[in-house]
Amino acid sequence: MTAPVSGSPPGRSSAAIASVGELLAHALRMEEEAEERYRLLADQMETHNNPELAGLFRKLAGHEAHHAEEIRAQIGRMELPGLESWDHSWGGPESPEAVDFGAIRYTTTPRQALQLALDAERRAFEFFDRIAAAAGDPELKRWAAEFAAEEDEHVRLVLGELDKHPEPPRHPDDDPDPPVPQD
Amino acid sequence: MSVIEAIKLKPRDFASDVKPVWCPGCGDYHVLMSVTRALAALGTPPERVAVVSGIGCSSRIPAYTNCYGFHGVHGRSLALGTGLKVARPDLTVLVMSGDGDGFSIGGNHFLHACRRNVDLTYVVMDNRVYGMTKGQPSPTTEPDWDSALAPGGTGLRPFHPLVIALASGANFVARAFSGHPDETARIIVEAVRHPGFSFVEVLSPCVTFRPDQSEWKDLVHAAPVEATDDPARAARRIMTDDGFNIGVLYRGNRPPGTPQAGAAEVDVAELDREFAI
Repeated sequence: MTAPVSGSPPGRSSAAIASVGELLAHALRMEEEAEERYRLLADQMETHNNPELAGLFRKLAGHEAHHAEEIRAQIGRMELPGLESWDHSWGGPESPEAVDFGAIRYTTTPRQALQLALDAERRAFEFFDRIAAAAGDPELKRWAAEFAAEEDEHVRLVLGELDKHPEPPRHPDDDPDPPVPQD
Repeated sequence: MSVIEAIKLKPRDFASDVKPVWCPGCGDYHVLMSVTRALAALGTPPERVAVVSGIGCSSRIPAYTNCYGFHGVHGRSLALGTGLKVARPDLTVLVMSGDGDGFSIGGNHFLHACRRNVDLTYVVMDNRVYGMTKGQPSPTTEPDWDSALAPGGTGLRPFHPLVIALASGANFVARAFSGHPDETARIIVEAVRHPGFSFVEVLSPCVTFRPDQSEWKDLVHAAPVEATDDPARAARRIMTDDGFNIGVLYRGNRPPGTPQAGAAEVDVAELDREFAI
């Protein structure tokens, strides 16, 4: 049998979340990470002259910032465990609600971006739902179920936004100005 | 909230207001995120950190941090970083590079920086292509990567930076993946804390000229064994792995290189006169 992996491997199981304090720390970090990703994506799209998508990402970042503020209010003066970003138990290498920067292109359409946001919200719902289902502590179960319900509401909000953005006539992966290697 | 918690540095404290111009989807966005997270975790204030780079997409990174920075000439980032650390050992020095800048133009500096083992951290964002100059094969490009510039591939054996670092005397060797920014941040923290020359190769996909690298996120995996302090064992493991092992692979115990004792003090004004035209 091989020795354990050096340091903390990416993908610590969410089963490690055993207290309400740990759950709240994860919930807050998830929203902060989502806000940061959307804000940076908005910056990218402004730089690459895609104002429509920049506006959408800015709006999504605003929603996530609002959710983070709500969780901070719920936390109040409660003491939370001090976790570095890599100490979280997401069940994968990244926060479930983090949109993958690697999936974004300058040609990404608002519909495509919303589909990525939808995937992120669904992963967040599954994260909390899994904890709620497995929790033995009734208080932990209650909080996790509450967060799962909120994420489910976010899923429905994004689905509503998707209805406003029909599939564009051009496929989002079609690049009208493809990169040209140069001697 | 205690006073210490109130002044705890956050990743945003290490990010500048300059917006990156990398292509959307570039792995380097994640690396920037990892660097700011690592610096926040280290708790060293931005004015005590210097980020030094050479030329290339990756080397734009000093402008995107709020630390002191030096965007140097092609391939010379390690020479600059080493000199800075020797002159100002109190600073945390991060040298950032890419596979072309670091292993081709700056290849010789890489060997000797490992040998000198000065206490700094070298992070190379490896995308196995020259992205900024539009898609030429780099030293780490696979021999059969077919491109308009090298039809059928170069046929050349790729440069193996981790093994070369070990053979040359680097004191800490790790591989990370940009798409795992938290794990990459953790590795950078450990690299900075480890004494001597620390080398971190970050696999950072170029979505523009190497769209095939989007599959890296499915190929990377945690290194299956604990890091060793035996360079021969580490080299054998790295030579036989699949290139997608992520984690700390070697932690050496060589004492860090320090400036030669008794080195003559240089009068800066005198030095300045020597360069006067």
